[in-house]
Amino acid sequence: MLSRRIIPCLDVRDGQVVKGVRFRDHVVVGAIEDLALRYRDEGADELVFYDITASPEGRGVDVAWVERVARLLDIPFCVAGGIRNVEQARAVLHAGADKVSVNTPALERPALVRELAEAFGVQCVVVGIDSQRDADGEWRVRAYTGDPGRTQALARRTLDWVEEVQALGAGEIVLNCMGTDGVRAGYDLEQLRAVRAACRVPLVASGGAGAPEHFAAAFLEADVDAALAASVFHSGTIRIPELKSALRAQGIEVRDVA
Amino acid sequence: MRTVLVDSGGANLGSVRYALERLGVNAEVSGDAAVITAADRVILPGVGAAGPGMARLRELGLVDVLRGLRQPLLGICLGMQLLFEGSDEGDETCLGLLPGRVRRMVGGPGLRVPHMGWNRLEPLRESPLLRGIAPGAQAYFVHGYAVAVDDNCVARSVHGQLLAALVQRGNVAGAQFHPERSGAVGARLLANFLEFGVA
Repeated sequence: MLSRRIIPCLDVRDGQVVKGVRFRDHVVVGAIEDLALRYRDEGADELVFYDITASPEGRGVDVAWVERVARLLDIPFCVAGGIRNVEQARAVLHAGADKVSVNTPALERPALVRELAEAFGVQCVVVGIDSQRDADGEWRVRAYTGDPGRTQALARRTLDWVEEVQALGAGEIVLNCMGTDGVRAGYDLEQLRAVRAACRVPLVASGGAGAPEHFAAAFLEADVDAALAASVFHSGTIRIPELKSALRAQGIEVRDVA
Repeated sequence: MRTVLVDSGGANLGSVRYALERLGVNAEVSGDAAVITAADRVILPGVGAAGPGMARLRELGLVDVLRGLRQPLLGICLGMQLLFEGSDEGDETCLGLLPGRVRRMVGGPGLRVPHMGWNRLEPLRESPLLRGIAPGAQAYFVHGYAVAVDDNCVARSVHGQLLAALVQRGNVAGAQFHPERSGAVGARLLANFLEFGVA
């Protein structure tokens, strides 16, 4: 049986891992390689590295650190941020990343998702969606979230975008619920359930984890395939071995921690 | 001992090479028939679709080279799928080193395709490839097409359907999962392949 995945997310800026609250006020957490190995040793099932400034600054990912991480890690990892075309994706994948995740560039030019799927197969193509509920009650996507000064609210409904990217060739969707991100009060279960109902590929919950029961709720109540978190892991508030024990005690299938 | 990674153009080529490096093995990456034929161990990595994968092998003139190998050969993920007779992915004719056809996986309620994540290996028979790997050990999969379980299946996994996770016949073996991304379990599989071959 397939395990539910626990995915620490490492936001990368200038070659270091940083963390902000509600996508703002970033502080340095540590070196990329040190954190990658720490999470691998603790039993993370996969890692995501977001180059949080690449997309707003209009540049690609620095593949030097991707290659260093690929040499070290024996678990899968995904790289996100600033991948705007097949060539940039190829550079990241050939440096050793297992998947690439696209967000703002896919909103600017949805055909990018199809081009990536045709070049590398759908299993390499993750679409990250930053989503927030508007005053009218609809969830809509946001672009350029790496830079608060440039973050844009779009007219595109989140559920429509979920359908569209699957049709284009997304092999996995990461839903970043911006309203709950960084405040540790739990994942946005209502939004995750709505997206789950429309999502036939693996779905990753992101934004809001503060306690082990939040992960359990995302798996049991929103049926997500994986749960992503950053600050609770960086701060040591939640340790992955204990988290997995708690999930296993609730009958949730997780990978054994060595 | 010389280990060669076939330069099949797949994106996991580097990851497999790094995994071998972590085992202290410097594998040569080559698309050259003479180099591949002279190797003691041959690994065929692969990520992507069957059509471009086979096109690359034909371009390099490696189809008959791979078919003619007598030394242990290990295909990984798409590399394993290319060992079979054909694939529904693009209706492609493959190497035909193993009988059977690669089929599209069928999703459904609660069953996502691609099959992505850590799943359990259930051994079906003894094999040196499985030495030190406990029944139920977990490995990392990411694929949307799969091979059914038959007599050549060494270990299976379950994702709605039963699927071949590890196969072997004669000198030819294949892993549907990614040993290069499967932690200690994957490292052990690669070490077993290098040390014992396949049978």
